Amino acid sequence: MKIKHIAVVLGVLCAVNSAPARAQGKLNVIATTEDLASIAQEIGGDRIAIDSIAKGYQDPHFVEAKPSFILKLQRADLLIVVGRELEIGWLPPLIQQSRNAKVQPGAGGYLDASGQVKILEIPQGQVTRAMGDVHPLGNPHYWLDPENGKGIARAISEKFSQLRPGDKAYFEQRLADFSNRLTEAEKRWLAAMAPYKGLKIVTYHRSFPNFTDRFGLDVVGYVEPRPGIPPSPSHTLDLIQEMKRQNVKVILVEPYFDLKTPNAIARDTGARVVVLAPSVGGVKEATTYFSLFDYDIATLVTAIKASGAK
Amino acid sequence: MRSSGIWLATTIAVCGFVAVPATSWAQQAPAPGDAAAQALRQEIAQLRTEFEARLAALEAKLSATGGGAAPPAPEPAAQTAAAPAAQVPPGAEGAGGPGGALPVYGGGSAASKVFNPDMAVVGNFLGVGGSNSVNPAPAMEMRESEVSFQAIVDPYARADFFLAFGETGVDLEEGYVTFPTLPGGLLMKVGKLRASFGKLNTAHTHILPWADRPLVTENLVGGEEGIGDAGFSVARLIPNPWIFLEATGQVFRGDSGDIFHSSERSDLSVIGRLRGYHDITESTNVDLGASYARGHNASGIVDQTDLGRFTTELVGVDATIRWKPLRRSIYHSFVARTEGVFSRREQPDGRQSSNGFYVSGDYQLARRWFTGARYDASDRADDSSARDTGQSLLLTYWPSEFSQIRGQFRRTKYAEGVTANELLFQFQFSIGAHGAHAF
Repeated sequence: MKIKHIAVVLGVLCAVNSAPARAQGKLNVIATTEDLASIAQEIGGDRIAIDSIAKGYQDPHFVEAKPSFILKLQRADLLIVVGRELEIGWLPPLIQQSRNAKVQPGAGGYLDASGQVKILEIPQGQVTRAMGDVHPLGNPHYWLDPENGKGIARAISEKFSQLRPGDKAYFEQRLADFSNRLTEAEKRWLAAMAPYKGLKIVTYHRSFPNFTDRFGLDVVGYVEPRPGIPPSPSHTLDLIQEMKRQNVKVILVEPYFDLKTPNAIARDTGARVVVLAPSVGGVKEATTYFSLFDYDIATLVTAIKASGAK
Repeated sequence: MRSSGIWLATTIAVCGFVAVPATSWAQQAPAPGDAAAQALRQEIAQLRTEFEARLAALEAKLSATGGGAAPPAPEPAAQTAAAPAAQVPPGAEGAGGPGGALPVYGGGSAASKVFNPDMAVVGNFLGVGGSNSVNPAPAMEMRESEVSFQAIVDPYARADFFLAFGETGVDLEEGYVTFPTLPGGLLMKVGKLRASFGKLNTAHTHILPWADRPLVTENLVGGEEGIGDAGFSVARLIPNPWIFLEATGQVFRGDSGDIFHSSERSDLSVIGRLRGYHDITESTNVDLGASYARGHNASGIVDQTDLGRFTTELVGVDATIRWKPLRRSIYHSFVARTEGVFSRREQPDGRQSSNGFYVSGDYQLARRWFTGARYDASDRADDSSARDTGQSLLLTYWPSEFSQIRGQFRRTKYAEGVTANELLFQFQFSIGAHGAHAF
């Protein structure tokens, strides 16, 4: 009897809770990062409600699996993930506890955005943790290439159309528009970076391979001795020697890393430390996928000019 | 167990034997015109094929006997480049599966590792210095090697196994199936699992911020083993506009270390827990819980017959405050936690109402350095007049995400009037699949 009462109360609460979302008819989308959320918003327009989990200024490898994220997933029609094991440390328990059949891996409401993009640094041959925290499925920071942005958008558009067949034309039109605007913007970004093609730089973590690949920068070293391993004195000394030898004047750092070692290296080599946004929301100027590149390119060009490197 | 070990060793030896010559052959360019060598090579290739087929049969036999660890797959180098290939099924990619072409299963190479569960081993080495006459631990001990197997069963379930290997024996720490998508928003687990009583009871030893467990766990909540039993668990989120609220109900057989003992089928133990969580800011959050447990204890057992039918009831409350600034989340964090347990144990000499608690703080100084302190006090379950108290100071160093080195100074004042000052040092290391971090 008592159990029945509780069940009724729970049922009512549940119905009350889910009613407003259904009434609006919007596709409820959760993305693991702000980058994916920004692109999903471009494609989904007013037909979706979007939310994201990791902030652009936090290290996406080390997000805490907070129970409040379970609530977000519980209500989602679609979960978009970066994939390539970026979220392996925190997403699986969230999905498991979401009680949401739609967003389980392999279900219709689960989209791995890495399906139609160019993935770099896929390890060849033997992979061991002696190499640090390597990603066996390739570098997951693939969204920092506008061409990959188009691939992500295409995958998202296809998934939206699959879930809301009635709005297929709407999504496809917005995808075409987004891709065109991105192509135009990319020309502008490439032109801004063209004078610095082949410029040698150093980055903190391996967060920027797709960015440097697209915009013609040559990464000659990393502040981290190995992925996920904090800087060591011997590696830092080696890096300083190498930077002096190759005349490297720019160090790219993600906003969530400590600047002490990069600054020390900069003092010794005369290089400039540039904090770039690796994600939408990484700095306050980078509010969308477009302004992310606007900010990063402008910041980088300013720094390169100031560093005196050609 | 012994014979499967021999099988395994044989398999490994055979694998190594096959793989080495295969690689060296592959690297040699064929000498044109040398017919004798060509024939020899063909003969060897044929031998190899037969060998691999027999090896595959052996492996199948081995896994059919349930011989523990999965056999190592043949060396990738031994795979023929011309092996028939299939595309990764959609959805498998990025979900932990490899990309690109895969060998067709049942082919000569038999390298069907895709469906193997995620496997990992966590080693926990513990050393103790100083003296302790009440609760003596060995000077050095490979305290636990926890082997985990985790995978998705089918579209409706996933399974998790945790086998705890001591230096001498093996124990199924947990082994359960989870149904994450039941109707009504229920999350159900069936199998052997650690009960949802408080915060610590569900935590495996290697994720604790200490090298030991606090006195309240040792005295009132079943020690290292804790409340862990075979049964059902059902958890549901309680929708409300304010906070995360989860209710969990569990029914177990009623056998749990030295805390619960089942003499009849009806001696089931029950656990209930209500947990609330709220983000105060993006960096700070609070986690509160209340738990209840009830089961029969072993105090009435005389000559293997339970004459007394005595029960133990536990009530627990816990609170955790976490702080982790997102922009510097890998460098600094702070966790403060307390748990209180009230135990009411019926026994032949009357009811014992005991209580205990601990309060702890852990601060992350730098990316790889953590420091912590703990104060704990607890009566004993079967004698509420005996109260132990303890204090600990800790320093932990993480060389990487996959290993840690910890020192703990522990001072314990036992009810017997003995004070033990001890230095615990612990090495923990994990290999295999990257598990998710506990929260």
